[in-house]
Amino acid sequence: MDKSLYVDALRLMLDSRFFEEKTEELFKQGLIHGTTHLANGQEASQAGLCMAIKDGDWIVPTHRCHGFTICRGSSPFAMFSEMFGSVHGLAKGLGGSMHMPDRDNWNLGSSAVVGSGVPLATGIAYSMKRSGSNNLSVAIFGDGASSRGSVHESMNLASIWKLPILFFCENNKYGMSASSDKMVSVPNVSDRACAYRMIGKTVDGNDVTAVYDAVIEACEHIRSGKGPYLLEVMTYRTKGHSKSDRRLYRTAEEEAFWLKKDPIEHLKRLIIKEGVLDQNQIDKLTAERRQFIEDQAALALEKAGDRLTTEEALALVYAKEAL
Amino acid sequence: MTFREAIRKALADSMARDKNVVLFGEDVGVYGGCFKVTEGLINSFPQQVIDTPVSEEGFTGMAVGAAMMGMRPVVEIMYADFFTLVFDPIVNHAAKTHFMSGGQFCCPIVVRLPEGSGTGHGAQHTQSPEALFMNEPGIKMVAPSNPSDAYNLLVSAIKDNNPVLFFEHKLLYGTEGEIEEESVPIGKAKILREGTDLTIYSYSHATLTALETADLLAKEGVNACVVDLRTLKPLDRDLIHKTARATGKVVMIQDPSPAGSVGSEVISTISTDRETFAKLKAQPVLIGGKQSHTPFSKELEKNTIPNAQQCLSTIKEKLL
Repeated sequence: MDKSLYVDALRLMLDSRFFEEKTEELFKQGLIHGTTHLANGQEASQAGLCMAIKDGDWIVPTHRCHGFTICRGSSPFAMFSEMFGSVHGLAKGLGGSMHMPDRDNWNLGSSAVVGSGVPLATGIAYSMKRSGSNNLSVAIFGDGASSRGSVHESMNLASIWKLPILFFCENNKYGMSASSDKMVSVPNVSDRACAYRMIGKTVDGNDVTAVYDAVIEACEHIRSGKGPYLLEVMTYRTKGHSKSDRRLYRTAEEEAFWLKKDPIEHLKRLIIKEGVLDQNQIDKLTAERRQFIEDQAALALEKAGDRLTTEEALALVYAKEAL
Repeated sequence: MTFREAIRKALADSMARDKNVVLFGEDVGVYGGCFKVTEGLINSFPQQVIDTPVSEEGFTGMAVGAAMMGMRPVVEIMYADFFTLVFDPIVNHAAKTHFMSGGQFCCPIVVRLPEGSGTGHGAQHTQSPEALFMNEPGIKMVAPSNPSDAYNLLVSAIKDNNPVLFFEHKLLYGTEGEIEEESVPIGKAKILREGTDLTIYSYSHATLTALETADLLAKEGVNACVVDLRTLKPLDRDLIHKTARATGKVVMIQDPSPAGSVGSEVISTISTDRETFAKLKAQPVLIGGKQSHTPFSKELEKNTIPNAQQCLSTIKEKLL
């Protein structure tokens, strides 16, 4: 990653972090109902991926989707609105925290069934290959989903048909409470790539430059027609699985170890070291991004009462037009 | 033209009209499909007939994703029994996509499902699973009984912007009939035989049983109206009410067992409507298959679904 991109990366990562912090606050205040899956600590993975792909490349995120959605270009106002259930949400308030599709930003939205977004992403790649487009599709999944049959079937299909798809495994060490050390049969998920005649690679998912560079390399391979690629980024969610998680399955020492590897702090240190910004400029940018997210949330809250009627919602069960 | 050839023609005409129509399935190419429905299509449409590995969940999920991008995939699931493997892509994804995205995406996919008993294939190759989806919003279901409807309804299903499950009873594949190319919209039932004494509803293979039953009734001087539902979801409730009110006596004949089924929904439609209920002269009758797995043994297998003679006896006992 060229250092000219560092500030863009930091901006996206700050937005993602502050979005999650605000979301947690709104839940605690009882202003949002349902559940949410926060991705604090995984910002380098989200920003690194989204900065390295091009317009027209589609992503299918996981249920822990907020950061990817922000980094792909969606409006935080529309995302907060979705969680408030208002008509201004990306899915008009019918989706919620786990469903934030955004056609304008090439984001199919997540499946809330772990691992089920992967065959959908494979289908996007199939349609791209048929149309002769030079775009690619990114199937984002976690270490937990890596055990799903749908993921393995998709990798086989993508390989036999040389589909333009990046299998992007965001390994955050735990599928809910289940440690990947206990649940995955190989040391790295990327070890499985050879079974599907793909290249597999594992990189530091808390270093945005490493993620970005690896995605660029993978995309070059895919766009040259050589077929799919499995990239695994190693990261850690510093919060629990969802808002009800007491995190009994991991130690305070482990959490402290990963907090020291915070991807945003890592990037800030790099920015100063490389002389891109000084501490004051970083502090200013940080305060500015926090305020931006605050404003977006406040605006969404102000309009939270604008809701679809039941009749309008029911009218969306079926698509109307036929050919 | 046979029912099998009618489906093949609908696929061929649809693929010729729109290159976004692509058929996915196991052995649908050179082999011609397990029931020879797709025979020869790969020669005319080599880019649109795609043999898949044995990965029902994977290739159906893939087709759902492709449909969301504007393709019009037709997926052949070799036996309807294997639908268990594609519940997730169809029920959790295809059915919910339009709603859950606030209308941003639709999912124009057709899933072809060869179903039904009478073939000696045992309990895992002979089910008729349509009842499982009666309560699933976002899905449409079609189950034609003759070649003409099979042709026209498959063409309509492929043009529809919603996921459509297309049930093909295996015993119908060899049946013959003239094809009248016309627009048959999904959601419209059809009166196959006019009659004034009672109304028989059915769909798919059981429609043959219903027509045979009507012949037997005619010999006894009873004129039965026979309605082919054709679309199971959404049901043509208007025609159901109209034909029930006209005779005041209603019989539903179907191959699957009655509990929580298409037939129980038809009877519920009739008996919960004030005006239709008021016109009934007798209790509605629901004749279905046994609540049983399909046995292999030939005679036992035959006995799991109703035949015309049994239907006649039941109707005479309860309504005449």
